[in-house]
Amino acid sequence: MYYLGITIIGIGIFFNLAGCVGLIRFPDVYNRLQAATKCVTLGTSSILFGIFVIKGFTPAGTKALLVMLFVLITSPTGAHALARGAYRYGVKLWSGSKKDEYSEEFNQKDIKISDERSRELSDERFGEE
Amino acid sequence: MNKIISYLLIYIIWLLLSWPFNPLKIQDILVGLVVAFIPVILFVKKSKKSFSKSSSKLEIKRIGWAILYIPVLIYNMIIANFDVLYRIISPELPIKPGIVKINTTLKSSMARAILCNSITLTPGTLTVDIKEDIIYVHWINITTSSRNVATKKIAGRFEKILKKVFE
Repeated sequence: MYYLGITIIGIGIFFNLAGCVGLIRFPDVYNRLQAATKCVTLGTSSILFGIFVIKGFTPAGTKALLVMLFVLITSPTGAHALARGAYRYGVKLWSGSKKDEYSEEFNQKDIKISDERSRELSDERFGEE
Repeated sequence: MNKIISYLLIYIIWLLLSWPFNPLKIQDILVGLVVAFIPVILFVKKSKKSFSKSSSKLEIKRIGWAILYIPVLIYNMIIANFDVLYRIISPELPIKPGIVKINTTLKSSMARAILCNSITLTPGTLTVDIKEDIIYVHWINITTSSRNVATKKIAGRFEKILKKVFE
């Protein structure tokens, strides 16, 4: 049981490492989020699952399972919020991107409003300084 | 009803987190009784329709499908990881990213939330936004330009099961 757990933890560390490499190699925010959500979620989950395999239904093992559930629920939600926030803030997609159907969502009017709002915001910021 | 169930769930989670109880002191257990009230008061609304009208009661079939959903999700997650891993490691970076629209036929908000989270956890796709019936998905490797094919490829495998669970 011990060695099985260690193996699962090793696999998890490997995936986490791959996720970090992906964070560096991928070209833009959205692709990096892909690496961060997929590899790191499974990596962290399997580290925690490895702990559960070693410890069994003891206090530590059960907590590992709970944290795993928590990571599985929050990680995609956080990635979604980051991606949406980045897009709304105006982060461009990588130049090699094939398609951007999300831009249809923002018609001319919305962009104007957001422009005004950003100007107001920047005015406020300068005012404070 | 909704509040009572959430209260019990939160309390059970509290108990699990504070598991190694000191047998002489019952503070942990008593504090949990009070603390579990806070999120219930703050976040749980009066029974909202997370299930559609025809399905207000839990049926065994529904639970069965919900349990079946877990291995399907885990299988897809592992596939997703090897897919992304391949793209990370291969030297020429074989990605064709972009944001595509897909349609969903699910009605309840709970089902949609689960669908979006599942999409994020599976091969090369990341939910960006949802408007009515349309989900915007960032896809790391676009293979098709047709929306229907994309819908089938991205959401098809989950939608079937989620429909049986929630509708």
